Amino acid sequence: MCTTCGCGHGETKIEGEALHDHEHGHEHIHADGTTHAHDHDHAPDHGHGHGHDHSHDHHHGHTYAWVPAHSHAHGTSTSRMVQIEQDILSKNDAYARENRAFLAGRRVFALNLVSSPGSGKTTLLCKTIETLKGKRTVAVIEGDQQTSNDAERIRATGAPAIQINTGKGCHLDAHMVGHAIRQLDLAERSLLMIENVGNLVCPAAFDLGEAHKVAILSVTEGEDKPIKYPDMFRAASLMLLNKIDLLPYLSFDVGKAIDYARRVNPNIEVIRISATSGEGMADWLAWLERGAGS
Amino acid sequence: MHEMSLAEGIVRLIEESARKEGFSSVKLVALEIGRLSSVEPEALAFCFDAATRGSIAEGARLAIEDVPGRGVCGQCGADAEIEAIYDPCPKCGAYGLRITGGTEMRVKELEVD
Repeated sequence: MCTTCGCGHGETKIEGEALHDHEHGHEHIHADGTTHAHDHDHAPDHGHGHGHDHSHDHHHGHTYAWVPAHSHAHGTSTSRMVQIEQDILSKNDAYARENRAFLAGRRVFALNLVSSPGSGKTTLLCKTIETLKGKRTVAVIEGDQQTSNDAERIRATGAPAIQINTGKGCHLDAHMVGHAIRQLDLAERSLLMIENVGNLVCPAAFDLGEAHKVAILSVTEGEDKPIKYPDMFRAASLMLLNKIDLLPYLSFDVGKAIDYARRVNPNIEVIRISATSGEGMADWLAWLERGAGS
Repeated sequence: MHEMSLAEGIVRLIEESARKEGFSSVKLVALEIGRLSSVEPEALAFCFDAATRGSIAEGARLAIEDVPGRGVCGQCGADAEIEAIYDPCPKCGAYGLRITGGTEMRVKELEVD
């Protein structure tokens, strides 16, 4: 795990650079209860303004700390209860709130696009960017475990894109995205599309600071995916039923897919779309314009 | 395996508390995990062992309190226990219950020295 910010992953890279190129001070807590703090100065200041802590076990420490507690002459245990009452994701959620405030300051409409690998997210994004050319600026954050192939595909359309490689990580978190949105020169009132790691499980739990999660389900997948992966469809505001042009060749039941999605999330909106035939693109663009405002 | 990220999040909360409260070892970590949350308790327990290694919580016991899922039916108003977020209302069969419990993922308390 990342031992400086803690939030990221040791292998996370943004545009090939390790995530933790920033200024931070941190404190080591030793197992005997003593602490020491020190600062590191690195290149770009990413402006989170957070102090980070981590602890090191220096091998001798652990057992050493236990001995005095258990060898008190009067035999009473020194252990006590400490109330925490905090959400496990509270750190991520704090970063997400910072991101949301940063984006609101520039009136950027940000979407977190989630799906299985191969649902056609990147193709749909490229088509969306091309259609919006001259009308609305779009910037993209691409999340994949490895390679910058997707960011390169986006850049080929002329839109700015940043690639986050999560290494072994299975999802983007708000801390990684916080770095990325500060590297992108986001225009006022632009759209920010965050293409999450292709995974219908893990990204559901992580708020990135987006306005909405958008789930993309292609008709080449099973129509029961919304109930197989309910957390994701519950977290999404919109489901894009993609590759709709392929329906004549498949046994995919559109009605059933929508019914399943609404069982999990009665308020989910649905747009049937095809980046290839252009069907549904007008609805999708209208949805984007409603969200982004004038 | 987002359980690994969650386990790391737990370690960070413990270390933050250690600085504030001045303790140096942790015997027990008590969590509250709802049945409708996106956490598999067994996977989390496995990751907890790995994530606490080398931290002040190394060797701590993990106690996971299981919180049942609850939802309120928009059709008939029933307040019912449910096993999955897409379960229909057990009274009238309607889908789309408003979830009122069981999504918790919290660190409740620690037993420390």
